[in-house]
Amino acid sequence: MAGFLIKRLLQAIFVVIAITLVVSFAIRLTGDPAVTMFQGGGSMTEDDLARIRAALGTDQPFFVQYLNFLKGLVTLDFGRSFSGGTSVSLLIGHALPATLLLAFISMFVSIALSIPLGIKAATSRGKAADQAIRIFSLIGLSFPNFWLATMLVLLFAITLGWLPPSGMSGWASYVMPAVTMGVILTATNVRLVRTSMLETLQSQYIMVARAKGLSENKVLYKHALRNCAIPLITYFGLQFGGLLGGIVVIERVFNWPGMGTLAFDAVGARDFPVLQAVITVLSLMIVGINLLVDIAYGLVDPRIRTE
Amino acid sequence: MSATNKPLLSVENLSVEFGSSRVVDDLSFTVEAGKTVAVVGESGSGKSVTSLSTMRLADMMGAKYATGRILFNDKDLLKASQKEMRSIRGKEIAMIFQEPMTSLNPVFTIGDQICEVLMLHEKLGKSAAMAEAQRLLDMVRLPDSGQLLHRFPHQLSGGMRQRVMIAMALACRPKLLIADEPTTALDVTIQAQILNIMRDLQKTLGMGMVFITHDMGVVAEMADHVVVMWKGKKVEEGPVNEIFANPQHPYTRTLLSAVPKLGSMTGEEFPKRMPLTVLQDGEPTVVGEERVQNTAKYDEKPLLSVKDLLVRFDIKKNLFGKATHRCSAVQNVSFDIHPGETLALVGESGSGKSTIGRTIQQLQSSMGGEIAFNGRTYSSMSAAERFRMRQEVQYIFQDPFASLDPRKTVGFSIAEPINTHGLINDGKAVQRRVDELLERVGLPSSVASRYPHEFSGGQRQRVCIARALASDPKLIIADEALSALDVSIQAQIINLFMDLQAERGLAYLFISHDMAVVEKMSHRVAVLYLGQIMEMGSRQQVFENPSHDYTRRLLSAVPVADPTAPRNTALIEGEIPNPVRRVGDEPAILSHEEINPGHFIAKSA
Repeated sequence: MAGFLIKRLLQAIFVVIAITLVVSFAIRLTGDPAVTMFQGGGSMTEDDLARIRAALGTDQPFFVQYLNFLKGLVTLDFGRSFSGGTSVSLLIGHALPATLLLAFISMFVSIALSIPLGIKAATSRGKAADQAIRIFSLIGLSFPNFWLATMLVLLFAITLGWLPPSGMSGWASYVMPAVTMGVILTATNVRLVRTSMLETLQSQYIMVARAKGLSENKVLYKHALRNCAIPLITYFGLQFGGLLGGIVVIERVFNWPGMGTLAFDAVGARDFPVLQAVITVLSLMIVGINLLVDIAYGLVDPRIRTE
Repeated sequence: MSATNKPLLSVENLSVEFGSSRVVDDLSFTVEAGKTVAVVGESGSGKSVTSLSTMRLADMMGAKYATGRILFNDKDLLKASQKEMRSIRGKEIAMIFQEPMTSLNPVFTIGDQICEVLMLHEKLGKSAAMAEAQRLLDMVRLPDSGQLLHRFPHQLSGGMRQRVMIAMALACRPKLLIADEPTTALDVTIQAQILNIMRDLQKTLGMGMVFITHDMGVVAEMADHVVVMWKGKKVEEGPVNEIFANPQHPYTRTLLSAVPKLGSMTGEEFPKRMPLTVLQDGEPTVVGEERVQNTAKYDEKPLLSVKDLLVRFDIKKNLFGKATHRCSAVQNVSFDIHPGETLALVGESGSGKSTIGRTIQQLQSSMGGEIAFNGRTYSSMSAAERFRMRQEVQYIFQDPFASLDPRKTVGFSIAEPINTHGLINDGKAVQRRVDELLERVGLPSSVASRYPHEFSGGQRQRVCIARALASDPKLIIADEALSALDVSIQAQIINLFMDLQAERGLAYLFISHDMAVVEKMSHRVAVLYLGQIMEMGSRQQVFENPSHDYTRRLLSAVPVADPTAPRNTALIEGEIPNPVRRVGDEPAILSHEEINPGHFIAKSA
């Protein structure tokens, strides 16, 4: 297990270097931040632009810029934002917890809903409960998340006035974004849990557990669940990673001060330091999650742990 | 067995239905305490459904009980609620299943899984249950029981897992044990051990046993009373000696005549194609000819010649991808196959017999040694010539369903080798060839447009044989090609193999674990153990004068389909050792001694 983790860690370092290299390079193809900053701001001479580039450091060769960035990465100093001059680390420090918390809550809601519902659907395969769960899951899958978010805002914030429409202030502001994400995720996850459970229930050891005289709850929640969780862990891990990256839309709708909003604004402003930092931090998170998934595997499945 | 003895279990007029199909029809039989009733039948006979119905586990699969009663201690189990059944299952009636590899839950320790049933029914505390679990493991003769409690199922071999299953089933001293094909998935030496343990424990505990099996040899060894099932109905029942000596029902007679019997070829120099007994209009009829299979051309140079073949698999690697542990699957194996000859490779799991076949077919690369076909070594061939070898050598796998593409018609699958190798270019001619091949293997040519799921297991294997023949090969590697088939189908396929050999001069590399089948159809035999040949010689030499200890052990472990034969109670102990070793610690290579012309045995290291 230790050797396995070391191997994974080495892989992770390569992944991070590859991602940051591609991102830093690609981002510089999108245009000159000096020009963007003064778009429509009167006449600029070539000299003015050169001065701005020197101030931003974008006049240096790409690899020098990239190495500076890597240096900063080690010391957690991502430089200053091109727009406003705020410390990028500070910006991330504010945005990351907001995004993580929202993602965690959404994931938690979704797992807490999809496991019992998925098991119920699997055990009553083909019966009314199964049909109902599958139909609702299909409806959930068909909602575009921004549409669902807008509808929730219209109903609960504008018509009923129960919840704040946007921003992050107090627990009430978490409800709508978390429910939006949670519903979409649950719709997929219920189907996954159902499929995995159906497969597990076909196993001989489930028949053996029943032949022992165990109650159906013991059979399902003790014998089947841990086995059925093994494929789910991978998927939930990937999903969480995807959630961190894909949360932009939801953050825009609810004006959530998270990584998505930060990245969105940075793209518009060609704010290289911010964008590089956001993407690097997110990819580090995803690599970290995958590492956690591997550890979780070992905990759940002795075949991996004792290897 | 006095008349006053009330039966422990009595199944009366039981009919079980799934949807609209009735899989068990009007079945009645009784089991007395301390006795074993074998329920025998081929696939689809309803024997497993009968056992699951007795446990009321068939309910979970959607079974409906149309008629009948199942009385256990005067209680009708079919009227019991699932809650009542839960207090009977595992406590009064226990069950052992066929697949030891998947019967134990992979995420719990052996100890936890045995304790669970003790804590549930006997209300033992955890530590008392653990102590009892250890005693149970000792009872099924598992070594190191204390340590074993903390192991996980994947760390145990199939035979060990089946013993754990038996320990678990017997934990609460049930009155009735239902064993559903408990040894079918095990090697013969392990099967002999498990059967011995079951017989001993039955005597000690005085329990009744329902033994479900398709293997007449196992029936003869285990049963007091036999119930023969066919298509969901009981066709015959009686004491075991009577069933074997004087079978009444035509189906029983056909079944018994199809069972390959070890030793039936004693005195014969060559394998023999035997006529078959088949059911025709409800009467067993003997069809086909008897013919001595003298097809091997030993005067010609060998078709295939394997010299010092060495295959090892990397099992564990260090951080830099260098192998630290390897499995020595095949070690310095040498043999020749002559045109028209059947060479059998026999051995238990892990003996390397399939690896040899796969290496010859170039599905697996070797680490050393040479394979030559028609005198030319693989290593001296160009890539194009090696590709052409795949036309000359064809492979038939154990599972005919898994080896046919479910989304392609069987006609497509059979035509594929013809098209791949560009043997016939005209589409119509390919079609004609496919039709010919199908008819040759005993299927109507009209089935070419059908899909694999529309065929039975035996028919699918015929399709696989037709496909193997399509490229007009010289050598066919049949890897456990008969193992998944019912005996009556098996007998037909054996004859098909022999007919094709006589007709086309085919050579076979016949890979099998079934000694009786091997005796029936091979010219020469090589016995493999842990990747090395222990004994090799003509069929007659190996079977009539087995000269290596391992061969003798293997032969004595085969259950004999004759209840009057002395039961083999000689204890065969020990597991097949793990072939995985550290790099640098490779097992010793045994040298061979020729004890008779053409008869070799391995000298002990």
